[in-house]
Amino acid sequence: MPVMTIREAVSQALWEEMERDPNVIIMGEEVGMWGGTYAVTKGFYDHFGAERVRDTPISEGVIIGAAVGAAMNGLKPVAELMTINFAFLALDQIVNHAAKIRSMFGGQFEAPIVIRTTSGGGKQLGATHSQTPDVIFAHFPGLKVVAPATPADAKGLLKAAIRGRDPVLFIEHSTLYQERGEVPEGVDVLVPIGQSDIKRPGQDVTLITYSKMLQTSMKAAKQLEAEGIDVEVIDLRSLRPLDLDPVYASFKKTNRAVIVEEGWRSYGVGAEVAARIYEQCFDYLDAPIQRVAQKEVPLPYSADLEKSAIPNVNDVVAAVKAVL
Amino acid sequence: MPELVPMPKLGFDMAEGTLVRKVKKDGETINKGDVIAEIETDKATVEVESPAAGVVKGWMVEEGQPVPVGAVMAVIGAADEVVDLAALRGSASPAPAAPAPAPIVVSRDDQAQNGGSAPETKAPAPAPAAAPVEAAPTGGSDAPASPIARKMATEAGVDIRQIPGTGPGGRITKKDVETYLAAPHPAAAAPVSAPAALPVSAPAAARPAPAPIVVSRDDQEVPLTRMRQTIARRMTESKQTVPQFYINSEVDMEAAMNLRKQLNALVSEDQKLSVNDFIIKAAALALREFPNLNASFAGDKVVRKGHVNIGNAVAIEGGLLTVVVKDADQKSVAQIAAEMKAMVGRVRAGKVQGADIEGSTFSISNLGMFDAEHFIAIINPPEAAILATGTVKQVPVVKDGAVVPGQRLMITISADHRVTDGAEAAKFLQAVKKGLQEPLRLLL
Repeated sequence: MPVMTIREAVSQALWEEMERDPNVIIMGEEVGMWGGTYAVTKGFYDHFGAERVRDTPISEGVIIGAAVGAAMNGLKPVAELMTINFAFLALDQIVNHAAKIRSMFGGQFEAPIVIRTTSGGGKQLGATHSQTPDVIFAHFPGLKVVAPATPADAKGLLKAAIRGRDPVLFIEHSTLYQERGEVPEGVDVLVPIGQSDIKRPGQDVTLITYSKMLQTSMKAAKQLEAEGIDVEVIDLRSLRPLDLDPVYASFKKTNRAVIVEEGWRSYGVGAEVAARIYEQCFDYLDAPIQRVAQKEVPLPYSADLEKSAIPNVNDVVAAVKAVL
Repeated sequence: MPELVPMPKLGFDMAEGTLVRKVKKDGETINKGDVIAEIETDKATVEVESPAAGVVKGWMVEEGQPVPVGAVMAVIGAADEVVDLAALRGSASPAPAAPAPAPIVVSRDDQAQNGGSAPETKAPAPAPAAAPVEAAPTGGSDAPASPIARKMATEAGVDIRQIPGTGPGGRITKKDVETYLAAPHPAAAAPVSAPAALPVSAPAAARPAPAPIVVSRDDQEVPLTRMRQTIARRMTESKQTVPQFYINSEVDMEAAMNLRKQLNALVSEDQKLSVNDFIIKAAALALREFPNLNASFAGDKVVRKGHVNIGNAVAIEGGLLTVVVKDADQKSVAQIAAEMKAMVGRVRAGKVQGADIEGSTFSISNLGMFDAEHFIAIINPPEAAILATGTVKQVPVVKDGAVVPGQRLMITISADHRVTDGAEAAKFLQAVKKGLQEPLRLLL
């Protein structure tokens, strides 16, 4: 299997889908002539042309609003928002338009758009540009929220998102573009949206995570393995739909769970997953479920402070030990 | 049809009670009205009567277990009736399916501060101190256990209380159950209902050497009864949240004592009047005059109570109860005396009724019988005041320029400064004093 970075995997998925389906178009700030803020669409403009790779004004409302309109008229737009922090500017278009078109028009219209964006901190971009507000978008029925952590998942999930009929917020982590991994070959290799994936089997503790925190958790699991603690790591891959069946099965075996997310703890992924485990697996609990999440502060600009606010390997190790 | 025996609601603020004793065991025949159980509320131990005749088909809860109001405690059916207890457990009762007592999940927090309701507690209920019966056998600790540990213990037929917990806070975890099951335990095979560690006298006889004399003793940890918990919580709340001030006054009791003597000469032994009965009446009449002391502070307002219901603290083992003379201002001293006698009798017998301890608007604490001369009581929220009375003492007093023997009583009011002020409370004391010093007023 070829090894590539997430950047390459995302780029490849877009390229293949645009080759496959002439209705797939790309739009966003600097996606065309510049090749994308994270160089994902480098070369697309020259190959597919300005019609299908559209540079837009710096207006998130326009980008998503136009994408929704295009989708309602039969195109398959992949709209790029430079970061998820700017998605707030398009919140109405995302949660009130894209997410609701089909149900509000009784199925007469659909808005199958894919919104590609980046989330997460750790690059000293300051409090307003470093957030991980993924769960906010996962709150809304009608919108799928996908957040891959490996090149294979990034490629397969993005292709599934483009081919699907639902609006999808596709969250790439801003610090994971260089993450390398094997990616299966084949234009039609998809990863279905809404399936959690066991990234590391284990016997002692169930660790549930997604996106960048998968990498952090895998490192923690490796460290814990040296101490004889066998952690099962489950990657949610999508926050909506949220597939917890593998989590329940794992928890019934381990009786202990830790949830790791980069965003803030309050009302977070950890809260949702823990609540569902409590609901579904109460009789299997052996310890209170632990949540690892970002410190509840606007993320500091200072490098040291920012680092200390984002969950790290030590935080995860400590949480795993706390449930044992 | 099986008849269900639920946890009764005794008082408006009762949310749960503890099953103290199964008076009738499984399989015993019972008549309608027979006592089937004794339960303990925050306030008292109360008998529960059977709603039907038949046979006790089964108990849904264990002794010592807190039970939410309305939850089924026991099932009564005809002798030949087959009752699906498991199904009842599954549906009708929030109690666990296992014989092992589970931690109870009733955990509304103590937020219901209005009306000074005595809320439930989620602490495991220990055997009641005030109970007139032997305490429920408590096998091991009431340490928490994880749900999976409970499940495994139940499936293995082991009383989870026998398993030592090593988790945080002594929690019994899956590992503890596994360790326990792996080790040889003759007791593990015994029926789970067998009391685990009752102190038995027989094995003691087998011990050859007498125990050494104990000079110093280990610290004892006494688990809080529900009553103790309630007292602790409410008194702390009172001292922390109510700005209390105190005024005392000395009362000349000569006339009252003489009057009491004369009246008691007229009545039979069981109708005799106590000093306290006069104090109740005097306080009740004074409260009519000073309605601000018969009141509650309610955030943005003061609620002056329409009834004058005098609560009287009665000491019992392990705590105290407040029995309430309703509308004391409108009752004769003899009537007050009769009611007090009846209620105190029920308290001592551990058979207090809900109505006995409800609805107090003002309290009196009398420690005269213990020779206390003067003391200060803590307000019982949400009441605005409490009167503390000591003993009637023979003292030398100056009367018309000469020292003569007199009888004096010290009374002390503790009052909520949010509701009332010093001058008003002092005037109230004067009114109480006037009633006691001119006791014929109390007979009007």
